[in-house]
Amino acid sequence: MTTPEITHVQKLDFRVGQVMTRQLITVKAATTLLELKELMRKRRISGVPVVNGTGDLIGIISLEDLLRAFEQGAVSGAVNDWMSRSVITVRDSDPVETAAQKFAQTGVGRIPVLNAEGRLVGMLTKGDITRGLLAEVQADTQDEEIARYRASHIFRDVQSDHTTLILRYNVQRHDFTQGGQASSKIKRALTRLGADPQIVRRAAIAAYEAEMNLIIHTDHGGQITAQVDASQLSLIFEDDGPGIADLKRATEEMGYTTTPPEIKQMGFGGGMGLKNIRKCADQMKIDSEVGRGTRLEITILLHAPEASAARNT
Amino acid sequence: MIVQEIAQALNLKIVAGQAALNRNVTGGYSADLLSCVMARAKAGNVWVTLQAHPNVLAVALLLEMAAVIVTEGAPVPNDVIAKANAENIAILTTPRTTFWVVSALAKLGVPAQE
Repeated sequence: MTTPEITHVQKLDFRVGQVMTRQLITVKAATTLLELKELMRKRRISGVPVVNGTGDLIGIISLEDLLRAFEQGAVSGAVNDWMSRSVITVRDSDPVETAAQKFAQTGVGRIPVLNAEGRLVGMLTKGDITRGLLAEVQADTQDEEIARYRASHIFRDVQSDHTTLILRYNVQRHDFTQGGQASSKIKRALTRLGADPQIVRRAAIAAYEAEMNLIIHTDHGGQITAQVDASQLSLIFEDDGPGIADLKRATEEMGYTTTPPEIKQMGFGGGMGLKNIRKCADQMKIDSEVGRGTRLEITILLHAPEASAARNT
Repeated sequence: MIVQEIAQALNLKIVAGQAALNRNVTGGYSADLLSCVMARAKAGNVWVTLQAHPNVLAVALLLEMAAVIVTEGAPVPNDVIAKANAENIAILTTPRTTFWVVSALAKLGVPAQE
């Protein structure tokens, strides 16, 4: 199993080119060790790529290489004699994970980055990855906050005599793997619109029960329409059959169910769905005709914290 | 108490949601009938059930539950594991019965919320 951190990086589709340092500090093979030492000290770096006259990468030299040279008394030497010539590199188009794996496998502190033509275009350290990742996560959070702010002000920002947001979802018969998808999207939309969490919860429960009814009981699935305005949410569930034969028992009698046994085995069909919906809704209206279909409409007021608090205790 | 502590104390196998183990547990709920769960379980509850199909996850996510404990060694399908990882909710499994798990949770001090 991949670790969650890696999963997140994959989700961000992060490339080495987005996080690497582009301002290149390089030395030539002929650069003296004393010049290199001054450069490292001034720029506070601990490794430098070595390039030839045309800017191609030919090696890398680190602080450790420099120390080794000085320990052996090679004060007047040049980079050429002490640099590593087999250099681990990454492509700017590589995913950041690839680079992270190279850091982990080799233990190097910095990796030169090449473009598709093999030219040196940047340097990458573990710190660059962390910084890039943090910036991206922060941007993500900020985007979400902005989206939420904008959505929650939509009814104030959009000028009309009456603004209604209409969301439609199609539900397939017996599509149990997708069961609850529409409800969770409605839930997310309400949260974004700034609805009270208790009200969102009631809406989610009602929507889920009715969505599952479309999946379990209909001939051809159905459609969910969520209409949101500044004061209320209405959820309309429509299908074209088979219709509910005993509407009174279905809506009032706890435990009355027509769910087939094989679906009951999955934990459905407790004969509670419509009753749960009624408890969550401020208003519920259901019309059904055998052979024609069913239309369920529920209304939930978006600004009734007292009512919702009483209901949820 | 967090999900991780419960997983350790009850020796549960973590099959999904490694990243969600630090979620705080507010209480517990147990039923296999999804409508019961929908009506009674609370956000932050740990849900003990022997169901393990995709709708269990849908219910747990809609209610923002802390974790699902699947009992009696019921196999958890791969699509459920993948979705739980993506949605960041822990699924823990055990060969023990629901009753065993609930009594162990009670001993740990996980409250029943009515």
